[in-house]
Amino acid sequence: MKPAAFDYYAPTTIDDVMVLLKRHGGDARLLAGGQTLLPMMNFRLAAPEVIIDLNRIPELAFIKVVDGRVHIGAMTRQRSLEFSPIVARDLPLLHEAIKMVGHLPTRSRGTIGGSLANADSAAEIPMVLQVLEGEVLVHGPNGERTIPAAELVLDAMTTSLADDEMLTEVRFPVMRSEARFAVEEFSRRHGDFAIAAVAAMLVVKDGRCEKARIATAGVSSFSSRLTMAEEALEGKAVDANVIERAAKAAAEAVEPVSDRNASEEYRRHLTKVLTARVLKRAVQSKGSA
Amino acid sequence: MAKSVDIRLKVNGKNYVGHCESRTLMADFLRDHLNLTGTHIGCEHGVCGVCTILVNGEAVRSCIMLAAQADGAEVTTIEGLSLQGQFHPVQKSFHENHALQCGFCTPGMLATVIDFLKTNASPTEAEVREALSAVLCRCTGYQNIVKAVLDAAEKMRGEKKLGALADV
Amino acid sequence: MSEANGGFIGKSILRKEDRRLLTGKGEFIADLKLPEMLHAAFVRSQVAHGRIKSVDLSRALASPGVVYAIAGPDLAKLLPPVPDTQLSLPRKWTSRVQHKFLNPQQPLLAHDKVRHVGEAVAVILAESRYLAEDAAELVTVDIEPLPAVVDPELGLADDCSVLHEQYGTNLIGDFSVEKGDVESSLAQAPHRLKRRFYHHRYAAIPMECRGVVAMHDERADSITIWSSCQVIHWLRREASTVLKLPEASIRSIALDVGGGFGVKGHVYPEDLLIPFLAREVGRPVKWIEDRHEHFMSACHSRDQTHDVEFGFDDEGRLLAFRDEFMVDCGAWNPIGSGIAYNTAVHLPGPYKFDHFSVRSRIVVTNKVPNAPYRGAGRPEATFAMERVMDLIAAELGLDPAVVRMRNLIPLAEMPYRLGIPYRDGEPIVYDSGDYPESLRQALSAIGGLEAFRERQRAARAQGRFLGLGLGCYVEGTGVGPFESATVRIDPSGKIYLAGGACPQGQGMETIFAQIVADTWKVDPKDVVVALADTSVISIGFGTIASRSTVNLSGAIYNASEVLQKKVFAIAANILECSPVDLELRNGAVGLVGVPGRELPLARIAKAARPGWDHERPEGISAGLEETAYFEPPTVTWAYATHAALIEVDAELGRIEIEKYVIVHDCGVVINPMLVEGQIHGGAAQGLGGALLEEMAYDSEGQLLVGSFMDYLVPGASDVPHMELRHLHFSSPLNPFGVKGVGEGSAIAPPVVIANAVCDALSHLKVEFNSTPIKPEQIARAVWA
Repeated sequence: MKPAAFDYYAPTTIDDVMVLLKRHGGDARLLAGGQTLLPMMNFRLAAPEVIIDLNRIPELAFIKVVDGRVHIGAMTRQRSLEFSPIVARDLPLLHEAIKMVGHLPTRSRGTIGGSLANADSAAEIPMVLQVLEGEVLVHGPNGERTIPAAELVLDAMTTSLADDEMLTEVRFPVMRSEARFAVEEFSRRHGDFAIAAVAAMLVVKDGRCEKARIATAGVSSFSSRLTMAEEALEGKAVDANVIERAAKAAAEAVEPVSDRNASEEYRRHLTKVLTARVLKRAVQSKGSA
Repeated sequence: MAKSVDIRLKVNGKNYVGHCESRTLMADFLRDHLNLTGTHIGCEHGVCGVCTILVNGEAVRSCIMLAAQADGAEVTTIEGLSLQGQFHPVQKSFHENHALQCGFCTPGMLATVIDFLKTNASPTEAEVREALSAVLCRCTGYQNIVKAVLDAAEKMRGEKKLGALADV
Repeated sequence: MSEANGGFIGKSILRKEDRRLLTGKGEFIADLKLPEMLHAAFVRSQVAHGRIKSVDLSRALASPGVVYAIAGPDLAKLLPPVPDTQLSLPRKWTSRVQHKFLNPQQPLLAHDKVRHVGEAVAVILAESRYLAEDAAELVTVDIEPLPAVVDPELGLADDCSVLHEQYGTNLIGDFSVEKGDVESSLAQAPHRLKRRFYHHRYAAIPMECRGVVAMHDERADSITIWSSCQVIHWLRREASTVLKLPEASIRSIALDVGGGFGVKGHVYPEDLLIPFLAREVGRPVKWIEDRHEHFMSACHSRDQTHDVEFGFDDEGRLLAFRDEFMVDCGAWNPIGSGIAYNTAVHLPGPYKFDHFSVRSRIVVTNKVPNAPYRGAGRPEATFAMERVMDLIAAELGLDPAVVRMRNLIPLAEMPYRLGIPYRDGEPIVYDSGDYPESLRQALSAIGGLEAFRERQRAARAQGRFLGLGLGCYVEGTGVGPFESATVRIDPSGKIYLAGGACPQGQGMETIFAQIVADTWKVDPKDVVVALADTSVISIGFGTIASRSTVNLSGAIYNASEVLQKKVFAIAANILECSPVDLELRNGAVGLVGVPGRELPLARIAKAARPGWDHERPEGISAGLEETAYFEPPTVTWAYATHAALIEVDAELGRIEIEKYVIVHDCGVVINPMLVEGQIHGGAAQGLGGALLEEMAYDSEGQLLVGSFMDYLVPGASDVPHMELRHLHFSSPLNPFGVKGVGEGSAIAPPVVIANAVCDALSHLKVEFNSTPIKPEQIARAVWA
């Protein structure tokens, strides 16, 4: 279908966006990459009165390292992340996960900010944000604030951003060179939304797991960390038994959704299987290059 | 009037000035306003990839892009792939390897492949299949398309060495 | 003059079609633009079953850019429904097969009831599709819901809601076929098993949706209809009835068609409504279906439940096979019994046994109508029989390949008389082929049966599950009633071919040029091919059922035979010799054994003209054009064996296809490259049906599929590399010895996958007797 008519604005600064959001409030939608919003509008499931196109704001697209953290502008294309030497070097987990996000042509337009603000339960980038304990920078009528990963998503497709706020930047701590990581996704076809995905990062020192961070996508209504599985690993030597226990803990910790793609039971089972596979692969990986 | 937009863009090397509703999809703008009907529409949901074109050299699904967003862009569609009547190596390879049957997905396949090969000039079969999974085809079963892409990649590597390859 | 002397048949010539398609110069229905054109959008029911109380168009009519709107109740006063029985059954069939059919006729817009989600209730015409859709949203349809019928078995219950109330039943088709004595054979069989098989609902889903453009020419009072359609002569015929115009005043054309696979193989309500509207409003009208609409209004297919009972001996030889199956045909039945009867007669497959009976019931439900899709009933039949073969093997502890070998009709017994009639009423005779050889070659292509079984044993010991799946089938191809061809020698000396076939990507412009080239000893470049247009040939049939290569080549042969006699007579007259001393060579007619003594075809064309200074001998009429028909004696039988080696990831339930081989026989091959393309494409669709594609409905008749995110078409990473081998048993039933190949490879994959998974998990004795086969089902079978 064709979208319903709307008023279109393409501001060139963040301040202009704030003015437009203030004026139009709930009638307006922010348009980032459009890979989610436009399909919904073409279904006429979304019919905003006003579209505020963020693609003409150059200050929103950048990748740089500042004080041990990688700062990424919200409008940075997923494709830029895919080919960024900074991301490959300092955020290798994101570098691996980004190739699972849709297909190259959707990554040409899709943005990191759009993915995080949309908070689709099966999206990979929110999962990576959890594992790497990143944070987002948000602009509102009263200025800026940061939201840590754990507080960003409230429910399926619902973030803690207010209607008059806009996500402008994402920040990740640079991954330590000893960090080992892996991500696995299960979907019906390549490039589909994950039915279940697990990402993990481990810091192993002197044979023991010093730090473990594990999160899922697609399993529950939103990505969250599996702290019980992390606890099953931290302080221990990561052998096959420990991995199995952690995988079981992960399966018990999740609250899987049930839909046409998979039942609750099967998603729980997938969580266990994928967690075990991810941990096994992470342990065998030699850490970031 | 925020319900309509003026657009200036370059398509296949030619400058165009257009005026359309702000809701006009890029695919429809190309097909209906510029009469470039080589770009096809398969779903309008951004899933099938048939409508894929090159915007500033990158593959993009034109059914989920607003024409307004192409203001200032350089666009290449299937009509602009041949140079002076000569097939682009990917077009030639598709022809020689029978990589198209009904031809409906072909515009999307060509744009996707050309972009992909710029990011990976020596792909494996698995990598080619992964890249092609961005466009759905119901006729070919993909086997000949895979062959065509591997073939084209090889030829293009050879031509690059000779400095003979023009940039799309 | 052509420098050509035959030898084009059998060559992988590159396609004529490619240049325009590769450069964006193809012309598909959505590309067609006419001055003053209006755009149509339909209002479609969101309710599966209900009585239409009222349709309010007032707000839509006031919407910007709207020029016209009409709803079902008003249209019913102006136009009759779609004529029933688009595909008729010959008397030979109706007199031989016990049957009972009811044919509900679908109105062009629903007026009394809506009978499936997606059924059109009203249509809006506006200056753009955007504006038409805006207006469509403003239409209010008041429907009193009725209980939806979604299970065909429940649809037969006495208290069930009835879709077509004039019949008092949802059973609209019932027929049976049999041979031998199934009851006593089953009773006496050493082994006897019963199983239910379900082949689910999925669909053709071409990448191009449907579309119709129509224009009324006031000056000539004629109508032109362009449609993305496989059967443009049917369209003209039905339009003639509905629009009350002679066929001579209607021209129907298909431009480039972006895939059909059967779903565009009949006349839809929109095909007739759009031309009516064009005449009504006096402006051309264009309707392009969008994908969302396509899922809910373009026909679905398959959806059959089979209850099979089969008897066999200790050696695994099948003795008796009884099947009672039900087709969920959705709300209407445009192709009547076509699919169901195909299923019935393809059940026996390539196997030798004497006692067979099948009863088929066709039941309407509140879903999208069911029409042929690549295979058209054969995949369902093959699923049942090929599962039976593996079940026999499992029961007796034999290898499924061995059981098949024991049952396959051997070469020495060909041609093989099956004992039941085909849809054309003729007794089925498998005319040629070596079925055991196709299985032998498939096993060889996978590296040998014993070698695989050893690998499988070793892998299982290590907790890995490898499986082999087999699927053997036969396919009746090239069905009649006929196809037409006009062959004409153009004044330039080129050959013009017009035919009734309608391409959707098969490469017809290329292969028929190859056939004409060999027939006339010209270069394919010197053949002009005109298809899919009623104005180029007045009688034609169209492209469905893997029939066009067989039937159009036959018609070309018949037309050319007559025309060549004429050409030789005229040439003989000019060269003052006998016609028997002449031959065709290099685009000319020449004296045998005398190189250089020849007349180019252009010269003959000139000589054949009516009027002064013609050079025709006495008794030879003017012109060099012949129209002929090929009416095949009956179908000719293609066949294949598919084999897949898979590994089951037992934890995830996912399968990986390590190897997929197809050993195929379609007789003489016109263009090997194009045949392989057809085989790849069909197999990919078959695998999609096996594993991914599903038209799911809920219990209220709501279609749960609205986009490609729900309906999973296989992508390049989901289809394995396929190894193809060919056998070439030429068909004795047509001049070129060809058999159809368009559908075949979609037939076997679903059962091949089912068999492979069962084989991989044979130690668990699991059975997969339905499709699709999803990872969760496999995972659960392993947990159990």
